Amino acid sequence: MSSNFPDLVQVKEKALEIRANSLKMIHAAKSGHPGGSLSIADILSVLYFGGHLKHNPLNSHDPNRDILVISKGHASPAVYSVLALAGFYPIADTMSFRQLGSKFQGHIDSLKVPGVEMSTGSLGHGLSNAFGFALAAKLDKSQRKVFAILSDGELQEGQCWEAFMACAHYKTNNLVAIIDRNRIQLDGGTETTMALDPLEDKLSAFNWETKTINGHDLEELDNALKEAYRVSEETNKPFAIVANTIKGKGVSFMEDAVAWHGVAPSDTDLEKALVELAGTK
Amino acid sequence: MGAAIEPSTEKIATRVAYGKSLVELAKSNQDIVVLDADLSSSTQTKFFAKEFPERFFNMGIAEANMVSTAAGLAKAGKIPFVSSFAMFATGRAWEQVRNSVAHNHANVKICATHAGLTVGEDGASHQIIEDIALMKSIPGMVVIVPADAKETEKVMQVVTAYNGPVYVRLGRSALPVLFDDKYNFQIGKANVIEKGEDLSIMACGIMVSAAVEAAKILKEKHNKSIEVINIASIKPLDTETIVNSALKTRNIIVAEEHNIWGGLGDSVASALLENCSEKLKFKRLGINDSFGQSGKAEDLLVHYGLTAENLVKLSLEMLDYQS
Ligand SMILES: Cc1ncc(C[n+]2csc(CCOP(=O)(O)OP(=O)(O)O)c2C)c(N)n1
Ligand SMILES: [Mg+2]
Repeated sequence: MSSNFPDLVQVKEKALEIRANSLKMIHAAKSGHPGGSLSIADILSVLYFGGHLKHNPLNSHDPNRDILVISKGHASPAVYSVLALAGFYPIADTMSFRQLGSKFQGHIDSLKVPGVEMSTGSLGHGLSNAFGFALAAKLDKSQRKVFAILSDGELQEGQCWEAFMACAHYKTNNLVAIIDRNRIQLDGGTETTMALDPLEDKLSAFNWETKTINGHDLEELDNALKEAYRVSEETNKPFAIVANTIKGKGVSFMEDAVAWHGVAPSDTDLEKALVELAGTK
Repeated sequence: MGAAIEPSTEKIATRVAYGKSLVELAKSNQDIVVLDADLSSSTQTKFFAKEFPERFFNMGIAEANMVSTAAGLAKAGKIPFVSSFAMFATGRAWEQVRNSVAHNHANVKICATHAGLTVGEDGASHQIIEDIALMKSIPGMVVIVPADAKETEKVMQVVTAYNGPVYVRLGRSALPVLFDDKYNFQIGKANVIEKGEDLSIMACGIMVSAAVEAAKILKEKHNKSIEVINIASIKPLDTETIVNSALKTRNIIVAEEHNIWGGLGDSVASALLENCSEKLKFKRLGINDSFGQSGKAEDLLVHYGLTAENLVKLSLEMLDYQS
């Protein structure tokens, strides 16, 4: 990989830590969503540790921060893990995931966890939420960037397309949507459940700038984000990165497996998974 | 509070007062933004749009996105007022109000117009009689139904200052003005607008002026002393005022332009059952679990019994039955 991305090694390591900690959390809780957590680990790591998302673990309401709305709220293990690694709270705390009284709810909660901007979990809301932040930043003449991570099955919700339409209409060129295109939802593949392809064409038709990349290639992610800022500035259009990913990425038996959408690993599953992840370092 | 109320002959719709208040409030409050879903001429947000175009967002006919967008704006420090017909703001976008707004405790004011039967000619598809139920069942949601233009103006000042999600139910049709500038609205407070001994009429929205009229007829023609309580704050509910009045008169009628199931009547009934062991007479006057239909607003109110005359009749029945 190229040298203009000096933190790459760190970003890669953090992504592995996100994966490992997510699985530990789900294992401890005996419930949760491994597949969609593993598929966004690299995206989250690039945003937080690749210098893209301005964040302040000492003040989660820092007015100078950028905004990340995670619309796929079921990927909470990955979100809680990346925030811990970014210093918002000790990573050991996340082991109370899904327990009574824990701030680490099954789906992310903005009132409980510092660094979570919006509570989500009901699919289809997040792009609209991010659009609201983007409009506010425009009104405030702020340089703040707004990111939204969307899942792909989620895009079957009509509200997402209302939001795509609205973002383009209001020219929120300060908003980047990253679509976790893992091609799997709960019941099966996205294309057999309710086809989304040709996705990039649809987004273009809604007047978005788009770019399709490998969502596990850290350099491609970094470049796509930089391209998004540059192009949106020129064209005044919002930018969607279609990140082709693998659901369950990083653990061989979870990869591309519908079954691992929402079940917890057993003791031996976890052990095997952690060994595999350690081996990829 | 206090002295008998003389309803004005001049009539103003609460939506009109809403539209005017928005403009006034926004002059001194830069954080106010307004979102509408292609109904700004009806909801009256058009005046705000004209005055503050940069702070007005027409979201097209897409209420779900509108409500979730407002939540984002609120989380970024704005005070979004969201308007559409009550049918769509609370019905179509209920889940967005619940999850994007309330669950985030986002400082969004859902100010929806054309609630209830008095939408009139558009008929049942637009006459929401379930919105109070939909909104009051959401945790933390404040639910307000102003009774006239003046109260709407006061409500607007209060909800702008209040930090948290609020639903304000507004109407299409012109109503008598009951209150003057001295009128005081507070979230969680009911107002005893006529004191009485024999029977309490507790009402919200358009039924408050009907209650005032009924009280007058009952006094002048039947020598009955009626207490009239305006319960604009449906949630939080002023249990104390409601219970005190009930213990005094022992006869309670709750009147509202809403399905009797899930409206103010149910809230008052629960408050009374939980707080009074005394024997009380209780009656809900509302829409009796049927859809509305097309017609002139005033004809619909007569057809469904939401009138001062019917309140008089029900009051007399309740009082006679007892004696
Ligand atoms: C509105 C809504 N409907 C249904 C669900 C239940 N649900 C949770 S995750 C999921 C599948 C999600 O698939 P996708 O959006 O592709 O997410 P990912 O593959 O990233 O896990 C479903 C149906 C939900 N959370 N929200
Ligand atoms: Mg998917």
